[in-house]
Amino acid sequence: MSLLAEVRLVAAKDLRIEARSRVLLAQVLPFGAIVVLLFAFALDPDRGVLARVAPGLFWIAVLLAALLAIGRAFALEQAHGARDGLRLAGLDPASVFLGKAAAIVVQLLVLEVVLGLGVVVLYGVDLRGGAVLAVAAVAATLGLASTGTLYGVLAAGLRARETLLPLLLLPVLAPVMLGATRAFEDALDGATADAWPWVALLVVFALLYTGVGMLAFGPLWEDA
Amino acid sequence: MRTRPVPLTIRRTVAEPRPRGFAADRDASLPLTPVSSVVRLRSAVCLLGRFPALAGLDLDLDAGGVVLLSGPNGAGKTTLLKLLAGLLPLHSGEATVLGTDLGLDRRSHRRRLALVGHDTGCYDDLTVRENLRFAARAAGGHAGSADAAMHRLGLDPIADVVHARLSAGQRRRLALAVALGRDPELLLLDEPHAGLDAEGREVLDALLRDARAEGRTVLVASHELDRTRALADREVVVRGGRAYPVEAA
Repeated sequence: MSLLAEVRLVAAKDLRIEARSRVLLAQVLPFGAIVVLLFAFALDPDRGVLARVAPGLFWIAVLLAALLAIGRAFALEQAHGARDGLRLAGLDPASVFLGKAAAIVVQLLVLEVVLGLGVVVLYGVDLRGGAVLAVAAVAATLGLASTGTLYGVLAAGLRARETLLPLLLLPVLAPVMLGATRAFEDALDGATADAWPWVALLVVFALLYTGVGMLAFGPLWEDA
Repeated sequence: MRTRPVPLTIRRTVAEPRPRGFAADRDASLPLTPVSSVVRLRSAVCLLGRFPALAGLDLDLDAGGVVLLSGPNGAGKTTLLKLLAGLLPLHSGEATVLGTDLGLDRRSHRRRLALVGHDTGCYDDLTVRENLRFAARAAGGHAGSADAAMHRLGLDPIADVVHARLSAGQRRRLALAVALGRDPELLLLDEPHAGLDAEGREVLDALLRDARAEGRTVLVASHELDRTRALADREVVVRGGRAYPVEAA
């Protein structure tokens, strides 16, 4: 079986499980929506502030919700020894990494669309620079998913994984948060030329972590 | 029966005398399988944390036949099976399984074996059929072999039931079907009778007999000694992380 076929197999399995368990719909999405709503309550007295900081608040909400999705992606491998089953299948660890990351990307993109609509409505944001927003969102999501998959398997073998995952992951994702927030700010301000360097940073980070993940995931997957 | 210390060498050739009380004595129609090494362990040490679960274990198995692994709880049977499957690292000694040196490579031989452990290795939110097909495809097989294994283990009536809703016995059958769907050369079974009802045990017995007839090598760790001895060609006692062969009375 080719690498691509193995990636599709793992991603399809994870997405089928998510579709059936509805954890994304019933838990992750509502959690992200509550975070967006809480920001609106906290900063409600001045809607100008909300619109100004909307990109940062949006990405913080996405990041917090992503932690749930990443934790979930590895929790389902821990139950009933599924991880050992997957290891015994002899799949290339790089395929498992890319497959799980791809499934997380799909879930996060759905999450971002819904939360994005919430931000537009609640924060009174005028949508501009659609192309920059789309490319930045995809690149940032790929970076989030790749990094999350790598650190997710690292934390999966630890007893205190639920609390350690955010502790390990959040500092590493600072460049993604910075790049995505600045790219969104520039795009929404109409300064798309200023946004592209940030998008480039996001693309470099995403490619870097995807490459590192493909190499480093194997030993972590075997020994976690 | 009495035991003697390592090294242990098991060679499944028709000319070789077999210990009394095992199935091979009663079955003269065993196929003539060319002798080739499937498992070769020399002074194998496997640590669980700092505890040496395997403490210098020697074992040789040639192709074909059912071998019973007996021994008390905590003796190292499960660790041995996981080591052979490449799920645990070898800390010292030598280990070669299906021609792969586990000290250098723990992955290459996995598609040629199957391990039925204490867990099913399946996903709660997938149905029996989906779990079987995923496992078969992931191991390089196809849906047809998964469906055949499902039929053989009598899982057709619950094919569309999700794993989370299965009973313990049904889960055990599913785990066996996953293993069977991979068409393994080496089948590693860890307490396969656990949770099975009378009908399930009959199915398992038939599966073991078929595996032997097909020339597969089966290593069964079990506390169901009488039942498994009746199906086994040989017995190995694992105690204190070492293997001891059982000789004829």
